[in-house]
Amino acid sequence: MSVVAAARAIAVDVKLTMAIAVAATAASAFAADLWSLRPIRRPELPGVTAKGDLNAVDYFIRTRLEKESIAPAPEAPKHVLLRRLSLDLTGLPPTPADVAAFLADSAPGAWSRQVERLLKSPHYGEKWGRHWLDQARYADSDGFRADRFRPHAWRYRQWVIEAFNRDLSFDQFTFEQLAGDLLPNASMDQRIATGFHRNTLTNREGGTDPEQFRIEQVIDRTNTVGTVWLGLTVGCAQCHDHKYDPISQRDYYRLFAFFNEADEDHMDAAMPGELGPYLQARPPFDLKRRELLEAHQVPKLQAEWEAGMFEAAAHPGARLDWDHAFDDLRTDCEDGEKILRTPGASRTRRQNKILTDYFLSNYSRVISKERKDELKFDAVLKQLRALDATLPPASEAPVLRAFDRKSHLLMRGDFKHPGEAVEPGTPTSLPSLNAAGPRATRLDLARWLVARENPLTARVAVNRIWQEYFGRGLSRTSENFGNQGESPSHPELLDWLASEFMDSGWSLKHIHRLIVSSATYRQSSDARPELAVRDPENKLAARQARLRLSAEAIRDSALAVSGLLSPEIGGPSVRPPLSASATIGKDWIESAGRDRYRRGLYIQLNRTAPYPLLVNFDAPNGYGALCRRSRSNTPLQALNLLNDPAFVEAARALAVRSGIEGGNNFQRRLDRSFELCLGRKPANDEREWLLEYWQKQPEPMAWTGLSSVLLNLEEFITRE
Amino acid sequence: MMNRRHFLHAASGFGSLALADLIAATGNPLSPKAPHFPASARSVIFLFMPGGPSQIDLFDHKPELRKWHGKPLPASVTKNLKLAFIKPNANVVASPRSFSRHGQSGAEISDLLPHLAGRADDLCIARGLHTDAFNHDPGELLLMTGGMQFGRPSMGAWVTYGLGSESSNLPGFVVLTSGTGPSAGSNNWSNGFLPSTYQGTPFRGSGDPILYLSNPEGFTPEMQRSRLDVIRRMNEKRQGETGDVEIEARIASYELAFRMQMAAPELLDLSSEPQRLLEQYGVNREPTHQYGLHCLLARRMVERGVRFVMVSHGSWDDHNDIDKSLQKNCQVTDQPAAALLADLKQRGLLDSTLVIWGGEFGRTPMTQQQRPDIGYGRDHHPNCYSMWLAGGGVRAGVTVGSTDEFGLEGVEDRIHVHDLQATILHCLGFDHTRLTYLHAGRNFRLTDVAGNAVAKLLKKGLA
Repeated sequence: MSVVAAARAIAVDVKLTMAIAVAATAASAFAADLWSLRPIRRPELPGVTAKGDLNAVDYFIRTRLEKESIAPAPEAPKHVLLRRLSLDLTGLPPTPADVAAFLADSAPGAWSRQVERLLKSPHYGEKWGRHWLDQARYADSDGFRADRFRPHAWRYRQWVIEAFNRDLSFDQFTFEQLAGDLLPNASMDQRIATGFHRNTLTNREGGTDPEQFRIEQVIDRTNTVGTVWLGLTVGCAQCHDHKYDPISQRDYYRLFAFFNEADEDHMDAAMPGELGPYLQARPPFDLKRRELLEAHQVPKLQAEWEAGMFEAAAHPGARLDWDHAFDDLRTDCEDGEKILRTPGASRTRRQNKILTDYFLSNYSRVISKERKDELKFDAVLKQLRALDATLPPASEAPVLRAFDRKSHLLMRGDFKHPGEAVEPGTPTSLPSLNAAGPRATRLDLARWLVARENPLTARVAVNRIWQEYFGRGLSRTSENFGNQGESPSHPELLDWLASEFMDSGWSLKHIHRLIVSSATYRQSSDARPELAVRDPENKLAARQARLRLSAEAIRDSALAVSGLLSPEIGGPSVRPPLSASATIGKDWIESAGRDRYRRGLYIQLNRTAPYPLLVNFDAPNGYGALCRRSRSNTPLQALNLLNDPAFVEAARALAVRSGIEGGNNFQRRLDRSFELCLGRKPANDEREWLLEYWQKQPEPMAWTGLSSVLLNLEEFITRE
Repeated sequence: MMNRRHFLHAASGFGSLALADLIAATGNPLSPKAPHFPASARSVIFLFMPGGPSQIDLFDHKPELRKWHGKPLPASVTKNLKLAFIKPNANVVASPRSFSRHGQSGAEISDLLPHLAGRADDLCIARGLHTDAFNHDPGELLLMTGGMQFGRPSMGAWVTYGLGSESSNLPGFVVLTSGTGPSAGSNNWSNGFLPSTYQGTPFRGSGDPILYLSNPEGFTPEMQRSRLDVIRRMNEKRQGETGDVEIEARIASYELAFRMQMAAPELLDLSSEPQRLLEQYGVNREPTHQYGLHCLLARRMVERGVRFVMVSHGSWDDHNDIDKSLQKNCQVTDQPAAALLADLKQRGLLDSTLVIWGGEFGRTPMTQQQRPDIGYGRDHHPNCYSMWLAGGGVRAGVTVGSTDEFGLEGVEDRIHVHDLQATILHCLGFDHTRLTYLHAGRNFRLTDVAGNAVAKLLKKGLA
């Protein structure tokens, strides 16, 4: 039975989630010793003597603190709390009005009203979607030498943001990303979700063996699932049995086989409202395009060129320039060889366009210079591009689809040395997978990942959420729950949260709500010197953590407080202006208008040359799944905030805004600047120092300079 | 001390114990650190030649190839050859260059490198280099990061992580590039999964030498200083209130940024260099100006305590018309590289500075190009190629390793790029297996899971 048929067989009964049988005895003794592989049992809530507004999270934390005779830290001041919550849930600082409203709300439930307000904000999906995009190794380009732009990658990002905002349950979130195409009556959205695995790098370097890089991609997909869902470094078993964890090389290639039975595909994925204008404009567009091509004999010449390509494919070595041209077609042109081998009549509209455009740009490789000058294809291409610009957008999406393919264990991980044949399957040390059909599919794998019996997925997911709130996970090694990982500081709390996650129907917002509603979360983040020796890493959560903001949040905060931010959600990637000395690739055509001021997660991410701010402040460039970012502290960051024209522009805008909102009186304008940037008023000494600074500055620059000082404060780029 | 340790963890993101152990008590992740054992080199200048320079036309003389010129090599020697573009039965092109012996050591160097030939007795030429990749990206990554996948820290990042920097006002790891640049771009100087403190800082050819180094328009140096002073005051107050030691590091990084603003112009100001020296480097003269300037800046940086300087020029990826391209690349780089060696030596810096010249692989003895209107070229060749090293504890005036008569395979003293990396780390005082960083659940190192330092390249061997 084919994979597709097998998937259909599963689809007959949607309730087959339960089809995953658990072989409790399967776990080896080796595995049984590992905390993360023990079954998740919901622990009883411990009793605590402390009184007050505590929730389940606090019971676990306080029990441990009581045992150590450590008092929790006091609650942080209200303005700090709201700034913390706002940055944590939306990635944006609160407005002065938000702070004022919260300060004025003395009725019971004030905190939970803020929590609910922010969980409902569409910016929540941007903040937590970005965290997921780190794990999904999202980028807008191929990577490697060519690092070609991926114009449709954003469609997957769009799906992620929307999924977070509608609190798509994490099990469904898993099904759709790993196997959306295999779901019964898969919707467009569910198929777009499979773009998760299209974030893999693509090597288009000439001379590359396409099979080698296809295998590299499957390996990346396998390793990513291992890291993101299971928190296991399965990749170690690519060449040999895992040294530390119970994963054999055979286990690895069984996992690998799931993704080996998939191929890259492409689909129309129009956004709401796009289709009408697009369809209306298409017939005249098609006509004009055909006329233009025919006027330049393109159909005839392209047919000759295609024949030459076939010739080169059939007789390599006969004509070297054609050999190179064919090699380039295979690597440089998306699906180039596949389209070439598809008979003209069977090619899709999109395929036709790709091949013709490629032909026009590359025909010169196999003809003389005189002939090239005579044909003037450059001018034709220019006209075609102008014509393309007249067609209203209809979004597309890179996706996965099932594909029949046999898998083998690869000796020492080398694609040229296939070993024994393997069928799709999961590691034997974990609960077993019983496929619904005769052959396990990606959908079976997805269901197995979020099966109640899977000991890893829920633990891994809640631990990463905790990490974002406290700067370290309950297990610090949030990417590795194997033997080389770190045991959790509060194993019962981790298991309780994991159970609660599953029992809530895998609601992420439920877990966020639980954590941010806790008294533990609301503690002050000030250092506690008396605990510096006993608990230097704050494992016990006897206080909150002060965390430097992410690259994106630093940009977004500066844009937000200065009033420049365009709060629009979603859409294609943008290219904000770059200073002249920061050239990052050839195709950086600056976005116009408000798109210059979009949030950081929308900045086009070229893997080989990312936007400098993103590099300087530790944002990932999408080379592999990243579960926790580092927070470095470098002089380049200081130069970035002090001198980058984008931040100077924000300072100038903030100066204007504080003038409008605070008036001309120094003190009132300064107060307003502080409220905007830090959610508080300046202290007396701060006011004095800033007045002294302000008086020294030449008049037209004084408020810009002062505003820039605020944007450079450690407090501004820190979530306290 | 636990407090300090906590700070170290914070400063290094999720820094491992290994990192914490390495960081000196000052808390600055870039402050100088002692290696595992006494080092023979204090700093590194890597003259990176991306694209794959042709060893057959530069350092590895193959007179036997004349017999095969215009013909394919015997099938028996090429049967296991896997190349990027050409078939193993492509026709041989013998090098048109003439080779002669130079210096007391009698090193064989082609006429494309007359200036370098004059420094033959400073060089340790290694002819048995080999690598696993026959494409640029994976090849460059393997050479510079120890792995063929993207995302690993580069050699310069590892070295800076291990040793810190001796400059208090310049970055510890600086990158200077000319030409089209290496194909794997910034991945060649990326910090990978190490904290970004250790990333290579590219000096730019136009505008600010370091990105965002200049004060914003309208900000005088006095205004910048007063801005920094008030930021510092405010940050110090916040540190007092919160007790967060990370703020101390933030203040320090602002001060270093300011010192960089002051020091970079001084670094770039060549008015104190004698005219004769500028001429030796080929500065202010084409085609050597930019590369000469970069070589001179590399010396000035090493003098000022910069730990690792990458001076990249390329590409050397000559699939066609290779003889002409080689002449061009050599005219650009030969004189400045030789001047750098002479200058370092004259200043007594060569002993403590390890200079390395080379690319990600070599080139085939066979030609790639058949079109009559284009000159012949050579394909990528990973199985054997040449590099040279100088100073920093490596032997001077020797040629190590040999290849077969066709230049297809190494015969004696083959050196894998992992071995080269292990050797470089050895010169800097590191056992390459112990310079590690915990990432994604395991300890990573520059040499992946392989590599041995090569005693034959070292003055004192491995003792």
